[in-house]
Amino acid sequence: MLIQNKDKNHLTDAQVTDESIYHQRRDVIKKMGFIGGGGLLASSNVVNANPFSFFSKEEKPLFETKPLDFKAAILDEQKLTPEAKVISHNNFYEFGTKKSDPVENAQHFQVKPWQLKIHGEVNKPFTLNYDDLYKQFSLEERIYRLRCVEAWSMVIPWLGFSLAKLIKQADPTSDAKYVAFETLHDKEQMPGQRSRFGGINYPYVEGLRIDEAMNPLSFLAVGLYGKTLPPQNGAPIRLVVPWKYGFKSIKSIVSIKLVKHQPPTSWNRLAPQEYGFYANVNPDVAHPRWSQASERRITSGGLFDRNRIATLPFNGYGEDVAHLYKGMNLKKYF
Amino acid sequence: MKLKSKDKIILLKTALHCILFLPAAWMFYLAVEDQLGADPVQEIIHFTGLSALKVLLLGLIISPLAPKVKFIPLMQVRRLVGLYAFFYASLHLLSFFIFDLQFDWPLLFGEIVKRPYITVGMFAWLVLLLLSITSPMFIRRKLGSRWQPIHNLIYLTVPIVVLHFYWSLKSGWIEPAIYLIITIALLSVRRLKLKRILLRKRAFNL
Repeated sequence: MLIQNKDKNHLTDAQVTDESIYHQRRDVIKKMGFIGGGGLLASSNVVNANPFSFFSKEEKPLFETKPLDFKAAILDEQKLTPEAKVISHNNFYEFGTKKSDPVENAQHFQVKPWQLKIHGEVNKPFTLNYDDLYKQFSLEERIYRLRCVEAWSMVIPWLGFSLAKLIKQADPTSDAKYVAFETLHDKEQMPGQRSRFGGINYPYVEGLRIDEAMNPLSFLAVGLYGKTLPPQNGAPIRLVVPWKYGFKSIKSIVSIKLVKHQPPTSWNRLAPQEYGFYANVNPDVAHPRWSQASERRITSGGLFDRNRIATLPFNGYGEDVAHLYKGMNLKKYF
Repeated sequence: MKLKSKDKIILLKTALHCILFLPAAWMFYLAVEDQLGADPVQEIIHFTGLSALKVLLLGLIISPLAPKVKFIPLMQVRRLVGLYAFFYASLHLLSFFIFDLQFDWPLLFGEIVKRPYITVGMFAWLVLLLLSITSPMFIRRKLGSRWQPIHNLIYLTVPIVVLHFYWSLKSGWIEPAIYLIITIALLSVRRLKLKRILLRKRAFNL
């Protein structure tokens, strides 16, 4: 229902954001300058509030995001996760394994120039350069729930275009059964890729079945909250597959390759007993180390926020995607 | 002016109370005010858990340190440090239950039984509970010679806490490995004592 946003009388993201968040947003640049200066300023700079951190970080310039033109989504009843939290609580191991690492380590990330190659089993391979990412397809806003495999979730207003549009433009052959995605591999810029102590084998790779990729919900995001993506959220372009756990939604993509066979995926390679290829949100299949039956929704509100909610099959998008898995044993293909 | 041993201990204990209590108060204040990262719940659980482990290791360092710094009264602060370890472990467990699971009792018991890392964490907390309630002097006197064997359980518990930490991580092993090395170092200076404990247990057929 979120993608049928034909209504001309739409709301802008300013209207779906509550006022306090809007003020936070205005202050965000100012406050990022105070990183390490103490925890009392705002949630945007709290990454460093731990009193055991004696070493204050030097001032870091904030990556510059630009406003985008887009067709706004229709307001729905869900409370959005404040922008300051969306851009400071990230799993992006290329910039460090702590949630607060990416916002600290990614601010110098170079996204211009950028090249995204669409190739493989297609008749018309092509490359999108940085400017094409925002111009090739008309941008729309989609408000999606993001469910992390770690049992927390957010509600995020993304900007971008459907993955199907991009794939169609490449004219896939009949051998295109899967889509393989790849993140930029750049040890200079991504300190996490330098680690030699195990962990993820870089570059980060992900994959979808072709019918999953062509589903109207599958989305390529180039922005959030009305502006281009900050690097910690996967600038300049990332995947968003809202019915799957967050790790499927690969960031900072340089290659989309249509392939014949099921491609390897990073977390599955690292721990196949814990992370499957499909990774559909499923309250009935527990992670071996924790339950997936419920989740904590991150919005505004501190420690006493009563935010534990039931997790829904396919993250609540079953109506749109359950048919893709008809007859499949989802306990086996988790 | 030269401080007497007793005054030194009072000063030291006051300092320890400040060092060990104030961070918890500060962190909880920030978390309640939503000033502790995007997910204050996760942040507070992580902080209290790691603090419990750090304070446990601090407790283990006192005995080998006291003779080295030629200040045997240092041994008197061990109980205080041990109780703070229990304090942080309890905050850790309570935060998990109150703020993460949000009073979902069936989920709590389900997770304790089903998830090995939570099972061992729970075991460690129960041991710390036992050691804490047997720590007042009058109970210690009542227990007599049985007191020490009970409190030797700490040497088993600290490695279990490190295991709990390692198991709880989505990936990575460097940080737990550092804690493991410190734990092994602190236990190895006690190897004669540990050997004695193990031999005695065997003699009693325990």
